[in-house]
Amino acid sequence: MLVPILKQGDYLIASIQSSLADADLIRLRDQLVEQVGRYRSRGVIVDVTVLDVMDSFAVRTLSTLAQMIMLRGAETVIVGVQPDVAFAMVQLGLTLDNVKTALDLEEGLLYLNSRAKRGRSGAG
Amino acid sequence: MPAERRIKIASDVDIVAARQSGREVAAILSFSSSDLTVIAAAISELARNIYAYAGTGEIVVSLEERNGRRGVRVVARDDGPGVADIALALEDGYSTSGSLGLGLPGVRRLMDEFEIQSEPGKGTVVTLWKWAR
Ligand SMILES: Nc1ncnc2c1ncn2[C@@H]1O[C@H](COP(=O)(O)OP(=O)(O)OP(=O)(O)O)[C@@H](O)[C@H]1O
Ligand SMILES: [Mg+2]
Repeated sequence: MLVPILKQGDYLIASIQSSLADADLIRLRDQLVEQVGRYRSRGVIVDVTVLDVMDSFAVRTLSTLAQMIMLRGAETVIVGVQPDVAFAMVQLGLTLDNVKTALDLEEGLLYLNSRAKRGRSGAG
Repeated sequence: MPAERRIKIASDVDIVAARQSGREVAAILSFSSSDLTVIAAAISELARNIYAYAGTGEIVVSLEERNGRRGVRVVARDDGPGVADIALALEDGYSTSGSLGLGLPGVRRLMDEFEIQSEPGKGTVVTLWKWAR
């Protein structure tokens, strides 16, 4: 399954459309890391709303994705973790430490916009 | 209750198939959506261990009735190298592959009952139960 990546201004938005096999998730990670450079993006949003399970591999891959994006000078927000998924993650002991999360796409964009504003006023 | 699904695990795609089949079988009973997610997550971790440590194996998901309660049983079976030290493998953070070591202890927390049989060189069988409320 290919994950569509939308370029919206300074941001890249990846909306996962169905359950992903490991190889699909790795491909998404690598594509985002590459496209952040190609489009000089400031932020990346990964929308996981449709994922009905996030297991150890998914969580580890999303953490790595966020760290790699950070090393490329941009910030990642994971949005849409569902309540049941969050519950199972906590029981498993899986955390998304050091990764920004937001309720949904709208909140994710608000967060990135607020960071961008702060960045500009800080520079000026 | 005849529902049973048997999924061969031999690639990353099979991990997704296993947890989806598990969810479908469990959905026959009156599990909450949270329980269905928990069952799917547990299956995912066991399928992942099969794929990582044994290469191939199978997951069998079936319905079971015991003492008037209905539930789902998950059996994860492989003929791989076996778990060297079961007590250690059930501890949070113990991993022989440099991973998080959360799979087995996490699965145990997620489900109602947990059994593991394993001998070096003879493979591993992990059995889980979750009872419907
Ligand atoms: N099916 C199996 N066959 C052989 N060894 C296994 C099997 N399942 C688990 N083990 C052993 O038990 C250890 C603990 O397993 P567990 O799933 O808890 O952690 P992990 O797989 O190392 O890390 P994580 O699941 O967090 O990615 C593994 O490192 C491995 O040595
Ligand atoms: Mg594991």
